[in-house]
Amino acid sequence: MANFQVNMTEEKKAFHVGIIFKYIICIFLCLLSLFPFWVLFVNSTLQSDTIIKGLHMLPGGNFFTNYKGLLAKSQLTNTVSLGQGMLNSIIITVPSTILQVYFACLTAYGVTVYDFKLKKFAWAFIYAIMMIPTQVSIVGLINVCKLTGMYGTRLPLILPAIAAPTTVYFMKQYMEASFPVEIVSAARIDGAGEFRTFNSIALPIMKPAMATQAIFGFVASWNNLYTPSIILATKANKGTMPMFVEALKSNDKQRDFGQIYCGLFISVLPIMVAYFILSKYIVAGVALGGVKE
Amino acid sequence: MQKRKTVEYGKYGYFFILPFFIIFLIFQFYPLISTFWTSFDVIEKTGRNNETLVRGFGNFSKFVFTKDSEIWKSLGVTVLLWLSNFAPQILFSLLLAAWFTNQHAKLKGQGAYKVIMYMPNIITAATIAVLFFNLFAQTGPLGQIFTKINLNKGWWSFAIIAFIQFWMWYGNTMIVLIAGIMGISPSLYEAAMVDGANGWQQFRMITIPLLKPILQFTMVTSAIGGLQMYDIPQLFNKGDPQIVTASGASFFSTKTVVMVIKQYIIGTSANLGRASAYSVMLFFVTLVVSMIFYKATSEKKSK
Repeated sequence: MANFQVNMTEEKKAFHVGIIFKYIICIFLCLLSLFPFWVLFVNSTLQSDTIIKGLHMLPGGNFFTNYKGLLAKSQLTNTVSLGQGMLNSIIITVPSTILQVYFACLTAYGVTVYDFKLKKFAWAFIYAIMMIPTQVSIVGLINVCKLTGMYGTRLPLILPAIAAPTTVYFMKQYMEASFPVEIVSAARIDGAGEFRTFNSIALPIMKPAMATQAIFGFVASWNNLYTPSIILATKANKGTMPMFVEALKSNDKQRDFGQIYCGLFISVLPIMVAYFILSKYIVAGVALGGVKE
Repeated sequence: MQKRKTVEYGKYGYFFILPFFIIFLIFQFYPLISTFWTSFDVIEKTGRNNETLVRGFGNFSKFVFTKDSEIWKSLGVTVLLWLSNFAPQILFSLLLAAWFTNQHAKLKGQGAYKVIMYMPNIITAATIAVLFFNLFAQTGPLGQIFTKINLNKGWWSFAIIAFIQFWMWYGNTMIVLIAGIMGISPSLYEAAMVDGANGWQQFRMITIPLLKPILQFTMVTSAIGGLQMYDIPQLFNKGDPQIVTASGASFFSTKTVVMVIKQYIIGTSANLGRASAYSVMLFFVTLVVSMIFYKATSEKKSK
């Protein structure tokens, strides 16, 4: 009996050590996630001279001076300014997200609700092209844009969102699980047209899936550097937020670190705020496997 | 009865999927064909300052299938960068997923851990690259603490880029794996416990085999994404000419395939034919990796 008790306490001890170790690792990884962004915030509020002296953990009061300096500098260097970059990113990201989500629903609805000859082929096709990365056909995209006069415009960054196979794939999965197809025949009996049925009956049911996919579509478009930096290479005034960050890095011979950190901080601020508001949905969306770039 | 009804309306299906396919043809299919076509545009020098465009396999014979081709070197770099972030990424993700799903020792605050660990994944990669560069530069706050880190040496840049990729993606993989483990029937674990299997045995004999399809999926999507790696290495050290010369020649260069392609698309050395030939090569490499994916998923379906 005594022996048994000794065993129990030893086991408990081992158990405690194990769980403390797990907590330490988890908290360490969380700090690792937050630390760079905290330094980013702190340094955006300090003067350049202070920043190069070492690591600082407490914010200062130089944020607005850095901000104003940054605005003045982008006027001098003929690159996209912070405000302009933000606005340009919104002009591209908002319509592309709306198109992506709407048309993904439309396409998924088409291959779920209707029976037509090429249905199986269409679905197999959408499934097959999911993995083709856009980067490999960038030269051809330039050719298309030059051919159609879209080079240097925002259209090639917005319109392709209509054909987003991954989004269609997840919309279809959601639809199969939670959209009762019988509703469609019921609506027909009531005399509703096909597109009206889609817009006023199917779309509301798809709302949760649309919200999740909209978040990921928005983030992917907002963070995209490669395609915009090629399509809009000659149009500094149309530069997006990541292009502003790129300019921040490369064009600056006389570096003011306060301004660099300030620009970087403002570039992540909107996404970070949105993330902490929507994090519940985002983590749930990732769990569905919805975001592999 | 119901089937007959859907047949009547079947043709509407075409209208619903039409926009997708039109846009796909214009912005993805045609560009792909056009890239293949352009890869046969060869610039030939006909005099000191004269160049003409001829059609042929010149780009492939001169730039792709030659010794010391920069594209194969950059492919090596890309694969190595991917491997050195994916290996620790999958190990950490698996370990954390196992901890988080352990029914006997529930960790408190899981929701918060997930949210915070996933966060770097959603932040603009361009910003993260510039941020880390500034942190680890010699005058940067971390560069001054870890004085051994010298970004002018290629392999330090390489290591930090691999770390950034790991740091950005392990949270994502962890959440996917947690969802996978939650999908495994609890009765399997109960039966194993009755048979006296310990935690490690359960993990090895139940979790890993049943998680295999998800692990394969994660690996191949990560590999395809990894092959297109651009933002982080580009903004981490490409902007600094000093570092490019220091690391350009060494084994630990951080110039990825897409960075090489971009170099021939825009700028003084623009040569769309050459860029296309490299893109075609990247396409086929990606295709081979995708085939592995389809093999993996068809195995999943047959189970």
